[in-house]
Amino acid sequence: MVKVKSLADLKKIKSELQSKMDLREKSENPEKMVQIKVAMATCGIASGAKQVMDYMIEELEKRGIDAIVTQTGCMGYCYAEPTLEVKVPGKDPIVFGYVNIKKADEIIEKYIKVGELVDGIIPVNYETIEK
Amino acid sequence: MHLLVCGGTGCRASESDAILDNLKSVLEENNLENEVQVVKTGCFGFCEKGPIVKVMPDNTFYTQVKPEDAKEIVAEHIIKGRKVNRLLYLDPENKEHVSDSKHMGFYKKQIRIALRNCGFINPENIDEYISRDGYEALAKCITDMTPEQVIDIIKRSGLRGRGGAGFPTGLKWEIASKNKADQKYVVCNADEGDPGAFMDRSVLEGDPHSVIEAMAICGFSMGASKGLVYIRAEYPLAIERLKIAIGQAREYGLLGEGILGTDFAFDIELRYGAGAFVCGEETALIHSMEGLRGEPTVKPPFPAEKGYLGKPSNVNNVETFANIPVIINKGAEWFSSIGTEKSKGTKVFALAGKINNVGLIEVPMGTTLREIIFEIGGGIKDGKKFKAVQTGGPSGGCLTEKHLDTPIDYDNLIASGSMMGSGGMIVMDEDDCMVSIAKYYLDFTVEESCGKCTPCRVGNKRLYETLDKICQGNGTMEDIDKLRNLSNVIKDTSLCGLGQTSPNPVMSTLDNFYHEYMAHIKDHKCPAGQCKALMQYVINEEACVGCTACARVCPVNAISGERKKPHFIDTTICIKCGACFEKCKFDAIFIN
Repeated sequence: MVKVKSLADLKKIKSELQSKMDLREKSENPEKMVQIKVAMATCGIASGAKQVMDYMIEELEKRGIDAIVTQTGCMGYCYAEPTLEVKVPGKDPIVFGYVNIKKADEIIEKYIKVGELVDGIIPVNYETIEK
Repeated sequence: MHLLVCGGTGCRASESDAILDNLKSVLEENNLENEVQVVKTGCFGFCEKGPIVKVMPDNTFYTQVKPEDAKEIVAEHIIKGRKVNRLLYLDPENKEHVSDSKHMGFYKKQIRIALRNCGFINPENIDEYISRDGYEALAKCITDMTPEQVIDIIKRSGLRGRGGAGFPTGLKWEIASKNKADQKYVVCNADEGDPGAFMDRSVLEGDPHSVIEAMAICGFSMGASKGLVYIRAEYPLAIERLKIAIGQAREYGLLGEGILGTDFAFDIELRYGAGAFVCGEETALIHSMEGLRGEPTVKPPFPAEKGYLGKPSNVNNVETFANIPVIINKGAEWFSSIGTEKSKGTKVFALAGKINNVGLIEVPMGTTLREIIFEIGGGIKDGKKFKAVQTGGPSGGCLTEKHLDTPIDYDNLIASGSMMGSGGMIVMDEDDCMVSIAKYYLDFTVEESCGKCTPCRVGNKRLYETLDKICQGNGTMEDIDKLRNLSNVIKDTSLCGLGQTSPNPVMSTLDNFYHEYMAHIKDHKCPAGQCKALMQYVINEEACVGCTACARVCPVNAISGERKKPHFIDTTICIKCGACFEKCKFDAIFIN
């Protein structure tokens, strides 16, 4: 990676990154590109988020679903760990709680494949400041 | 279409399971089960108006739904497409029905500033941070602004230290910037030690770059080229993510020499703490970083004058730093428009204890305890009665029902006999004994006192012993006076914050729960049934069927009796382990 040399440089990189992430969403198969974020802070990992994340990565690949699985920090729902957010293009992101391997399988089969919601949705109850 | 039914503890207690079943069967009757799915969700955090049913995708939000409403919701909303007005949420301010949850004031209760990226970005990828305005505040500061201008913004924003004491951050930076030296240091205090508080760890694990960026901004404003993060070794994941983030920032040239083509240089190193509570105090922290004993020293000289290695140093807490980049980007006026008159912005709280939604929340200063506990927190577990909430950890006090509607900020909490601390909130219900709670916190302070000041080292131990005596049922009225006097002496004569605040749990429980102390001392009873010495397990002869299960499980053979005849517990042998109580299937054993 080249060094960031000025504010203009940083802004250029930022817009490149933003369009890259945009692209990631609007790739060739928009209806198939799914983004999953797994809450991987200490609390999440302690309740098994790592296993769920590994499972998600393996199974989505096996089942031929075009998806990006990334880790993120604490979403704040410690009572419902492990938690993960699924963003299916064209829809609002949805947070699922209490996700074990079985629930992860259900999320893939029901929500990601057919768009059916499954039990365990955590309603997001906060606002984040706009960028 | 989807119907979301709240499956939170509060809503389930008001029959949300029945609503779910009814909705499913009504849908089946109308052959709609394939078009409309009914799904159980986690807590909406709106338990006051529960049970909640939300219709997707139009976001209609029905409150206080009853099982028999299922028919109307399906017939009207699903089939005819008309909203059921009587079940919509009524806005308390303009008395209008709100159908879309996005317009409900309730969902504006939490605003995430310090936690803005936690749970949104991948903390191990600097690109994701940059795409969310990351490092733009630093770039703006070092290319377009003077150090004085930066300090001015922070001062005007009204940001106060989030570590607990609430010292104005801008002023701290200004003092450090005015002291001249060949080398100065920016120190990040990540020695989060309050039991139950974990917001600093979450910020470092979820958004380490925001702290790095803020430290560099601080370095620019005060003329420091070195930053140190003092972090406890018990936070391995936070340490790992911080290391990755520092490495990436160096690679991008956002740390190091000549940042962004200017002559500003800044780099960060980590220092590990061994997890001593006292090292959260800034002078003790600095000594620990220097390799000395983690003991506080007299201020002045303040760290801004003589800090790390005798050089001017500025120490800020993790959450304080996490606010800085946003303030630079969005302006001091924006930040100071949030919060109360003297406490600006938001505060992160870690909710723990007997509360349904244990978790990390961020609310504007001035939010009430009632909103936090009963709305965002989802109320008390198992429908029990709220008794108290401990804010500020071992340095704070217990607040009660009468404080529930007090807007929370630094000054109101102190006026109520507690303090902000780092933002742990431990909720207690009717089953918690307040004398035992005070004893628990004292046990912690006795363990964590560094021993430098006699009142703190010896006094806290004596406080603990007196509380223990009361819990054993041997307390006298004199002990109450002793507790009060000793508490005042410890507060007045200790050097650092640890000793100055350690009697708070005792004093606040004495003020707010005097009757519980009296019950222990005069009646030899523990109202909450927590103090083992004051309780007895007794067998109700009428309910006992003589199954012998209790006698078999008793580890000390205190239970005797013939088969199929009532049994008896010898209280002189009983160690009150509760094993028989757990084992009895006939509810024949009770606590006296």
